[in-house]
Amino acid sequence: MNIQRLFKRLKPGRGAVISVPYFWLLLFFLVPFFIVLKISFAEQDLAIPPFTSLMNLEEGGLLHLTLNLGNFDFILSDDFYAKTYLSSLQTALFTTLMCLLLGYPIAYAIARTDPARRNVLLMLVMLPFWTSFLLRVYAWMGLLNENGLINSFLLAIGVINEPLMLFHNDFSLYLVMVYAYLPFMILPLFSHLVKMDGRLLEAASDLGAGPIKAFFTITLPLSKNGIIAGSMMVFIPAVGEFVIPELVGGPDTLMIGKVLWNEFFDNNNWPMAAAVATVMVLLLIVPIAFLHRFETRQLEGKGND
Amino acid sequence: MVDAAKQSASEKPYLSIANIVKKFGDTTAVDGVTLDIQRKEIFALLGSSGCGKSTLLRMLAGMERPTAGQIILDGQDITKLAPYDRPINMMFQSYALFPHMSVADNIAFGLKQDKMPKGEIDARVAEMLDLVQMRKYANRKPYQLSGGQQQRVALARSLAKRPKLLLLDEPLGALDKKLRQQTQLELVNTLESVGVTCIMVTHDQEEAMTMATRIGIMSEGQLLQVGTPAEIYDYPNCRFTAEFIGDTNLFTGPVVVDEPDRVEIEAAELGGRIWIDHGITGPKGMQVWASIRPEDVRVDRDPVAAGPNAAKGSVAEIAYFGSYSVYHVKLGSGKVLKAMVPVNRWHEANLEPPTWGDQVYVSWRADMPVVLTR
Repeated sequence: MNIQRLFKRLKPGRGAVISVPYFWLLLFFLVPFFIVLKISFAEQDLAIPPFTSLMNLEEGGLLHLTLNLGNFDFILSDDFYAKTYLSSLQTALFTTLMCLLLGYPIAYAIARTDPARRNVLLMLVMLPFWTSFLLRVYAWMGLLNENGLINSFLLAIGVINEPLMLFHNDFSLYLVMVYAYLPFMILPLFSHLVKMDGRLLEAASDLGAGPIKAFFTITLPLSKNGIIAGSMMVFIPAVGEFVIPELVGGPDTLMIGKVLWNEFFDNNNWPMAAAVATVMVLLLIVPIAFLHRFETRQLEGKGND
Repeated sequence: MVDAAKQSASEKPYLSIANIVKKFGDTTAVDGVTLDIQRKEIFALLGSSGCGKSTLLRMLAGMERPTAGQIILDGQDITKLAPYDRPINMMFQSYALFPHMSVADNIAFGLKQDKMPKGEIDARVAEMLDLVQMRKYANRKPYQLSGGQQQRVALARSLAKRPKLLLLDEPLGALDKKLRQQTQLELVNTLESVGVTCIMVTHDQEEAMTMATRIGIMSEGQLLQVGTPAEIYDYPNCRFTAEFIGDTNLFTGPVVVDEPDRVEIEAAELGGRIWIDHGITGPKGMQVWASIRPEDVRVDRDPVAAGPNAAKGSVAEIAYFGSYSVYHVKLGSGKVLKAMVPVNRWHEANLEPPTWGDQVYVSWRADMPVVLTR
C-alpha cells in the first residue's frame, strides 16, 4: 500500500509526530476495547468488579484460562438480540437516509451562496453544539409533550380538540435523531460540494445538459465521497445511540444502547453487557472498514475530486 | 435574380454580434462590441486580462446574459437561448474535463444529452478519438493524462456534437511554452480539417498570430481593431494595438507640416522632426503619435546626414537573440529607442559591433512610421 511506503520514506522526526495520534487511538480505543472483550468472556460474579477473572494461577504453577462463550451463545440463540441489532441498524439507516435527503439540499445551498453569507450559514448549522446535547433533547421533550408547547398552542388556537400524540413514538424518535445528527451530515457534504469546480457544471450545460441532468450526472457523482463520509458520521453513532431512544422514543423502541444499559445497570451483568457491546462493534467494523478504504483512496489521490 | 439572392445570402455573416453590452453592477465589462464572423473562420479575440474578451466569449456560450445587443448565428437569434440549447460548444480554459468519467465518456457526454442512439455515439466517439489521436487512451481518466493529452480530449469533446460555432478559451494557456508552439499548428490543422467556425480568446499575441485568420484587439471592453495578423501588425490604428502587437517605438508631437505627399511631426523626445511620406487628414497642429517598429530602425556608427527621421544616442543595453540583437539606444532627451539589428549587419560593413556606452546614430526611412491619432 502506498500509505505504508509513504510512511517509510518519512524522516524519523515526522514519524514521531504521526505516532502521537496513533498512540492516542491505541491508548483510548484499542486498549479499552480489549478490556471490554476480556470482560465479555467472563462470568457474572457477586464481587467487585462483578465478574470472574479469566486467568487463575493454580497450585503447582498451572495457569488456568477460562473463556466463557455463554454470553455470545445467548446473544446468538435468543432472537431478542437479533431483533434489537436489526432494529438498531434499521433506525440508524432510516435516520441516515433522512439526514441525507434533508442535509444535501442544505449543504448544496450553503456551498452555493457567496462566501460572506456562507460563514453565517455554517455558523447556524453549528450553533446547536453550543448547548449541551442533553439539554437540547430535553427541550424537544418540552415541545412534544402531551402538555408541551406545540400541543398547548394548537389547543389554544382551537386547531385541535385533544392533544396530538407527538411524543414517545417513532415520530418523536426520528425527529430528534435527525435533528441531532443533521449537522454531521451537512458539514462533510458541504466541504465536498464547496470544493467542486463550477466550470464542470458550465461544461455540462455547454454540452447540452439542463440543470437537473447536470446535477445527476456531475454534481451527485462528484460528491459521492461527501455522501459516504456524512452517512458514516451519522450511521455509526446512531446505531449505538442511547439517550434519544430512552428519552423520546416509544416504549417498544428496541435499541442496542438501551439493552446495553439494562444489562449493565439493571441486571448488573457486566459480561453480558460487554458481549452485547462487542457484537455491536463487530457489526460496525464493516461500514467503518468501508469508510477507511475510501479515505485511503482519497489520500492516495485516486478519489474523485 | 435567383443568383443575386444566393449571392447576398452567402455574403451574410455566419455569426453576427451586434452592439453587445455587458454590465456587472457599475462596471462595464463589454462596451458595445459589433463583429461579423464568416463561416469556417478562425477568429482570435486578443487582449490583456480584464479586457472583456472572456465575458464576450461567455455571452456567446450563453453563460452570461448580455445587458444589451443581439447575437445571430446562422440566421437564428440566440441572444436569449440557454447554453444547453445553443448549437455552440466551448473548449474551456484548463479544459474542465469531468474527473469521474473516462476519456470516452467525456467525449460521449454531449452526444448522450442529444439522446443519440448508442451505436452512433460509439462511432462518433471513435471518430473523435482518431481525430485527436487519443484512441489508446479511451478508457483512461483525465487525471491519468498529461496536459497536452487533456487538451486534445477537451478539443474532441467540444467538437463531438459538430457545433456550428466552437469557442476556445485560452486553448493552450495551460501548456508550457515549448509544447504550446508545437500544439498551435496541430490545433489549427485539426480545426481546418473539421471545417468548424471558431472564436478563440487569448492573451498571447503569438498564439493569435499563428492560429487565427483574423484577429480582434480588445481593450477595456471595446473592440479596437479587427483585421488579418498582417494588417494589424503593419497598420495598427491606435497606440494600444501598436504596442500590444509586437514591439514599437512611439513618439508624440504636433503636426507641423501636412501636405499630400508628406507629414512632419515635431517630436520633442527625438529632438527633431519625424517625416512621413504620405499625408493625413487632420488639422495642422493636431497631437499625433508616430509608431516605428524596432526592425525598421537602422543603427550606424558613423554620423548620418542630419535631418528628420534621425537622431544620435548611446547604447544603453544590448539583448542578443542569435540571428539579431536588440539595441536600446538612449537619446539626448532620455528616451530609449529600440532597434533590431541583424547580426550580419556589422560583418558585412566590416565594422566592430557597437557595445555598451558607444555613440551610435539611428535613422529610418520616411515610409516606415505609422501615424496614429489615438
